[in-house]
Order: sequence, then structure tokens, then C-alpha cells
Amino acid sequence: MTVMGTPRLRKEDPKLLTGENKFVDDIHVPGELWMGMVRSPMAHARVTSVDTSVAAGMDGVHAVYTGAELNDMGLWAAPLPCAWPVTDDMVNPPHYPVAAEEVHHVGEIVAVVLADTRYGAVDAAEVVEVEYEPLPVVPSIAAARDGDAVAHSDLDSNKAYHWPLIPDPDALEAAFASATHTIKAEFEQQRLIPAAMEPRGVLAVPSPAGGDVTLYSATQVPHILKVMIAATTGLSESKLRIVAPAVGGGFGAKLNVNPDELLSVTLANKLGRAIRWTETRSEAAFSTHQGRGQLQTIELAADGDGKLTGVRVHLDADMGAYMMLITPGVPLLGSFLYTGVYDVPAFGFTCDGYFTNLTPTDAYRGAGRPEASYAIERAMDLLANEVGVGPDEIRRRNYLAGGGHFENLETASTLVFDSGHYSPNLDAALELSGYDQLRAEQAKRRADGDTKHLGIGLCTYVEICGLAPSRALGGLNYGAGGWEHATVRFLPTGKVEVVSGSTPHGQGHETAWSMIVADKLGVDPDDVTVLHSDTAISPLGLDTYGSRSLSVGGVAIAVACDKVIDKAREIAAHQLEANPDDLDFEAGTFAVKGSPDKTMPIQAVAFGAFTAHDLPDGMEPNLQEQVTWDPPNFAFPFGSHVAVVEVDEETGGVELLDYTAIDDCGNQVNPLIVEGQVHGGIVQGVAQALWEGASYDADGNCRNPSLLDYLVPSAAEVPNMKLGSTTTPSTSNPLGVKGVGEAGTIGSAAAVINAVCDALSPMGITDMPMPASPATVWNAIQQAKNNNENGGGQ
Amino acid sequence: MQVEVTVNGQAKSADVEPRTLLVHFLRDELGLTGTNVGCDTSSCGACTVHIGGESVKSCTVLAVQARGEDITTIEGMASDGVLHPMQQAFMECHGLQCGYCTPGMVMAATSLLSENPSPTEADVREGLEGNLCRCTGYHNIVKAVLQASGGQS
Ligand code: FES
Ligand code: FES
Repeated sequence: MTVMGTPRLRKEDPKLLTGENKFVDDIHVPGELWMGMVRSPMAHARVTSVDTSVAAGMDGVHAVYTGAELNDMGLWAAPLPCAWPVTDDMVNPPHYPVAAEEVHHVGEIVAVVLADTRYGAVDAAEVVEVEYEPLPVVPSIAAARDGDAVAHSDLDSNKAYHWPLIPDPDALEAAFASATHTIKAEFEQQRLIPAAMEPRGVLAVPSPAGGDVTLYSATQVPHILKVMIAATTGLSESKLRIVAPAVGGGFGAKLNVNPDELLSVTLANKLGRAIRWTETRSEAAFSTHQGRGQLQTIELAADGDGKLTGVRVHLDADMGAYMMLITPGVPLLGSFLYTGVYDVPAFGFTCDGYFTNLTPTDAYRGAGRPEASYAIERAMDLLANEVGVGPDEIRRRNYLAGGGHFENLETASTLVFDSGHYSPNLDAALELSGYDQLRAEQAKRRADGDTKHLGIGLCTYVEICGLAPSRALGGLNYGAGGWEHATVRFLPTGKVEVVSGSTPHGQGHETAWSMIVADKLGVDPDDVTVLHSDTAISPLGLDTYGSRSLSVGGVAIAVACDKVIDKAREIAAHQLEANPDDLDFEAGTFAVKGSPDKTMPIQAVAFGAFTAHDLPDGMEPNLQEQVTWDPPNFAFPFGSHVAVVEVDEETGGVELLDYTAIDDCGNQVNPLIVEGQVHGGIVQGVAQALWEGASYDADGNCRNPSLLDYLVPSAAEVPNMKLGSTTTPSTSNPLGVKGVGEAGTIGSAAAVINAVCDALSPMGITDMPMPASPATVWNAIQQAKNNNENGGGQ
Repeated sequence: MQVEVTVNGQAKSADVEPRTLLVHFLRDELGLTGTNVGCDTSSCGACTVHIGGESVKSCTVLAVQARGEDITTIEGMASDGVLHPMQQAFMECHGLQCGYCTPGMVMAATSLLSENPSPTEADVREGLEGNLCRCTGYHNIVKAVLQASGGQS
């Protein structure tokens, strides 16, 4: 029986389709109090007074706390955590759940109310009177780097850290000194609001006798949260239980440790009442971290054939107001990928992190890697123009071919890619997209003087996922490991229970894990139950982010299954009176080689292990095994995307006409889920290219916090997508799997902007800022026309 | 104020503040938590229900305005443990991932088909414009709605 690799409908769906699943805001307990946040309207100010008296006197209001009062209550053992101090001298201003003296971004919490009802909490928060003394605001990375204002008044600079990765500085210098062609380009990765459709929310429930707290949180990381809540509140880990119930999407936005989580736990513990809070969508622009926020400079050096000889990159990265859990590390997650899938002899990367008075940044789908892919893939198109070859040809000339082998590919950034075979992948994408016909159509439109310009954009991305080998993380100063835990146990009746430390929020783990177990153990996937997302049931785990679930958590399950089979083999051999080595195990049944009538299904072995009446001497009863899998290397999925756009010269409007993606995520478990991940990822990257961007005024106010103004695309804005795949198994794990959660996002923004620039290249346009809104594109066209006229008149 | 409605064929009533939104009435008072809230600007459609057979964003209506109405929520779509054909199509086409937008999508899609039983792909995309999904990229949602309509998928 082979289940892996076949499309299979999801077990998760019926409950989600009927509304039976419980998200955090669906769960209620008696006596619960609603938390309401009083948020700063100023980006940088001293808090001079907080008057809570009116709010405290309102009907149904249980308590109101200022930041100073909460500090005095001794609730905090430490500030909010940053687990990734990227350098020893990184600046990390203390960040408490509620500001007491100075606020550093709009929306920072200055007081908290507790009320009997959802609406009552909002009413009370509105009448808390806070006075502020404004301080100079740092509203952008450029202002942080070049301006006089400092985002934290007790710091004398906005610079948080400088991080270099220059394996061979002399070689890099030499590459640029001797280059025939050089390219230098600057790109802005605008801030993005993650906008998972389920807003974040919490419900903290104290035990009636006190001392223990259960936190239900819309989180991707219940296990990490548990450790961090213990560390920041001083509550014992053994008194905390964290449950991620149904979680409505994450995309990185739900992997943090947030003020609301700490407040609800500590106040519930103190008051003996359940405390709840759900962010509103407009509040989420302040209460949940944002993504991206980088100024990139990339330089390429190449020889006369366009063969790369060096790549040099510098980033200025926007931390926002504070270091959240992995804020400083996000840009560095991309550092290793600025050479893309190319054979680059010399490489250098530096990053400066800066504080601004904006919502903190942290991981958002791809986290550092879409930025890297964007920069190198945009720059490769510029190099193609410079050398005078097509975008496909420039890529082919530079692909890592590993001297004709496609495994263990060494790169200039010091990483070794597990496997990659790029040319056939690009061929497949060009073919499926109808590339030659598209170019012919483009030529025809150009010859006809059509004002609707066709643009075709390519991108061959590589992603680094399967986070992560614990030693590698240690080398990067990250504060935890990268392993994942799994338990696989047979129940007495022959059903299988899997406990996974990996925590889903839409990825379909229950279905995928069941398929892995079904193949390994020869059982029906419907006979496998997957338990997860509750630290009382799954005490060990490192959760879900960085496309790690399958290549770390799924592999842990597969290896645990192997151990189950090993033990079952001993028992079966004992009971069949054979040597363990003489047993075959196939389709769930042990059979003695050469004696086809001597067989034992694994379910019978499991029952025997349960009764323990007749086990080999010294063997423990029951059939269950645990594995903590620490991957030996990352996994490096890759793929080629082709975007086709139509740009209207008269309006600046960009329409995405067609999209093709050939992704290679190694062996696939469930192609249905793989395609779904790619679809969603592509649209998130397209959205960065064309529509989305958190926009701030000079005072640090977000101009578009709500879904009215922040343009998350609907079905009407995007086309159907044409997907395919190639399969280059990973060498980093025994399943040969890689990961696919972020792939679409990593490939698509570059492909779309390459297409827009391709459409407008006859006008001399070579770059387009994101999001390429009609106004932005129209302005670029007007400027190009003016330049061309002026140029023509000389 | 007392609000009496019929929800999924059953008479229901509760005493609520006049300002209570229908979506909060359904969720917090009646315990019908299948209908979700994804925004505060009537933009996302996660809260879509049927009132008198027509799809309505239940965050745009006060509970008192729905007095006496016949309301269907996602909990009323499957019967006797059998999924509604639209729910079944979403499942078969992998039209959901996290499932948070899904109840609203299913309600909007069934109402779309009752107005236009044989939509084109473009009709479906236009018709679902008021419902946002962050996970699926819409490809499989559109496929599901076309499949449920008996059209090409
Ligand atoms: S919650 Fe009603 S439209 Fe978003
Ligand atoms: S399935 Fe997650 S928002 Fe649509």
C-alpha cells in the first residue's frame, strides 16, 4: 500500500465546514472577564498621567490597571522575550506588556481594563484618560538611519546591531575589481500586515483551587509560549498548560509572545477569574507584529558572458519599536539566500538593524527569504539586460550544477544545499506557461503599438526550510534548538495514536501525519489519530514556522514508526518462533521468510504487547516509541515561477493574467495539500508586489490599519494558477521531503515585478517599487516618457 | 431588548443590548460560533449568513433589525450528518485550509448559486469578491463553487 504521494481529502475538513471546530473566541467559561486595551495614539511620547477613575466607576467594570500599577504588582520576572540576540552587543530596550513611562509606537498598551462583557471592555477602555508629552518620532528606516530623532529617548542611536557575513573579503573585492559587468540596485521591502483571517485572541483560565493556568491562544507556538511565559512571569512551567485550539491561519504572525498572552495569564492567576481578549482587525495593525520592512542594496559582478563572479548585499532592516521573539533574526534568515540558486564564487552580506517608532516587525510568511529571493531575482533580470540575453538564459548560465551532480551543492554563503536540479525545473515552467507563445504575443503587441503591454516575469527561487539543525541555530545565537518530537503508539484495539509537537493552523497535519504512519505501519490512515497543540497532551515540541513541520516533525513521526516496527518485529519473532531477521514486514503484516502461513498482523502484535502475556524476556509491555528528531541539515526546496501581466499604459493598472509555478519540494506526502500551500503562498507574494503595504505618516500613524484600506486581495483580483512539480528528494532526511509552506511567497513577488518591468522595458523602465499600484506605475510611465522626450530633444 | 428569530429552523430568543450586532448575538448569545468575525469594517465576509435565503454579512446588521427573520447559519447547512453539496465540494476540491473564512464562503457561495445557478469562473470570482481568504489563493474555492454548480471545474 502506498498512501504517500497520492492526493487524499483532509480529515480536518468536516468539522471546519460545519462550524463545529472551536477557535479561541468560540470558547467560553463561566465568570470570564473581557480585557480591553487602552492604546497610545502617539508613536513616541512620555506618559505624563493616566486617569482611570471614570472607567473604574462604570457598571460592569471589574478593574483598571495602568502600566505602573502592573509593574508594582510584581507580575513580571523579565521583559517580553527576544530569543535571538544576533550579536553580543545587540541593543534590546526593555519591553513590558504595558508601558509605564514612555510609549514607542502607536497602539502600545498604556492601561488595561477588565469588564463583564465584550462591549463593556471597549467602552471602559475608551474613557481612560491618558496625557502624553510628545517626543520626536522615527517613522521610517531611512529616518532611523539618517535623521536626528531617536526612537527610544534613553538611547543615543537607533542602530540595534550590525551583522556581517563575508566569508572571504579579499575574494569579494577581487571579484568586483575584475568584473566585466556590474549591477547595483536598491529595493524597498515594504512593511506588510500578515492578516491571518482569524484575529489573535486569548482565554486564560485559572484552576479553581488556584496556582495553575490554562491559556487558550491563537498561536502557532504553544510549546515555545509555555517556556517563555514561565520565563517572563516567574510562574512554574509545570503550572502552565497552553492550548492552541483551531487556529485560523498564522503566516508567522502567531509565533510571538505577546503582551495580551502575558496579561491574561498573570491576571487570571492573580484574580482567580478567566480573562479573555480578541483583537479587532483594525487593532491588529498594532497588537500583532508586521512583516518585511527592509531597504536592500544588492550588487552583482559578472564576467563578459554574464557568469556571476560576486554578489554583495547590504540591508537596513526595520525592527520597529522593540525586539520581539525573533525580530532581529528575520533579515538574517535570508542572508544565506542572496546568491539564489547560482554558482557564485564570492559573497558578502551585511545587515544593520534599526529601531523605529512603528509596530514591531517579526516573521511573516517566508521571513527574510522572500526578500532575498526578490533582490537576487530582480538583479538577475537587470544583469540579463546588461549582458543582452534573455532572463531564462542568464539564469541557466549561472545555475549551481555542482559539477554535474545535484546533491550537496556548496554555496558561497557557506551553506550546502541538500539537493537541487534547476534547469529541468525551469524548462518545465517555461513549457507549462507557453513561454514562446507569450513572447510572440508580446512582440506582436509591441509591433502594433498596443498600449496594453504584456509582461512576462521569471523567478527561480530557493528556500531554506526545515528549521533547523540545533547546532546551526546555536551558531547563529538563536536561543533554542530546532528539533521536533513525536510519539507513535498502538492502542490495544490496533488503532494508532500519534502525538506531535508540531502545531497546525491550516496545513492539514492530521491528514499528512496519518498518511506517513499508514505507509510505514501498513494501517488505514483513518485508523490513525493525531494529537497536537496542547502542552498537556504533547509536552515536547517546537511548533510550526519556517516550513519545518514535515521535514522535521513529519520525519520524527516516520522515524518513530521505524522504532515501533523494530520492537514489533522482536515480539512477532518471539511469538512466531522465528529469528527477527527472518521476518518480512509488508503492508502491516510480519511473515516468516519461506513460510507464508506463519504471519502476524501488526495489530495482533500490538495487542500482545498490551496484554504482555508472552513477550521476550526483559521487554517492556506496550507498543509505543518516542523520537526527537534533530535534522542534520536544512532542506532547500526550489522552483521556477512565470508571471504574466498586462500593464495599461493609460491607467497604470496591472492585471495578473496568468501564473505558472513548478515547485520542487522533494518527495510529496499529499499533493492536494502541496498545491493548496503553493496557491496561497503565491497570492500572498503577488499581493506584496501589487497591492499590500502598511503605510505610515510622518507622525508614525498607520494610514491603512483596516481591511478597507489594506488591500488583501479577493478572488476577483487573482487568476487561476497552473502548477506542476519536479521531484528532487532531500538528502537531509530519510523521507526525502523538504517543505512547501512558504515556497509560493518566496517566488512570486519577484516574478510579478519582473513581469511588470518586462512589460514596460521598451520605455526604458527597469524598476518598479512595491506595491506596484496604478498610481505608482502611472507615475513611472510618465517619468519615463518625459525622460525619453527630453533625451530625444537633445 | 428581547430579540426573537428563527435560526436554522428553530425559534430562538435572547435579551440583548440594542447595539448588539447580529454576529455577536449568534455567537455569544445563541452559542452558534460557526459564524466567524474577521474584521471590523464589513470587508471580509467571514460572518456571512442567510437571512430569508439571501446572504448578509451579519456584522453589518443589528440583532434587533433581524427580529422575526428566518436565519440560516453554517450550522444549519449539513443535515443528518450529510454535508450540504457546497460543503462537500469545498472538501473535495480542498477549498479550505485553516477553515476560518470557510463558513462565510460556503454561505456566500450557496447564495451566489441560488441567484446564478450556472456561473462562469469570472462570475464566481466577482460573486465572492466580498469574502476574503488568506490561505487558499482562491483557486480551489472557485473550483469548488463551479463543481457544486455542476459546471466545469
Ligand atoms: S466580520 Fe463581517 S465582514 Fe468581516
Ligand atoms: S481557509 Fe484560511 S482564511 Fe480561508
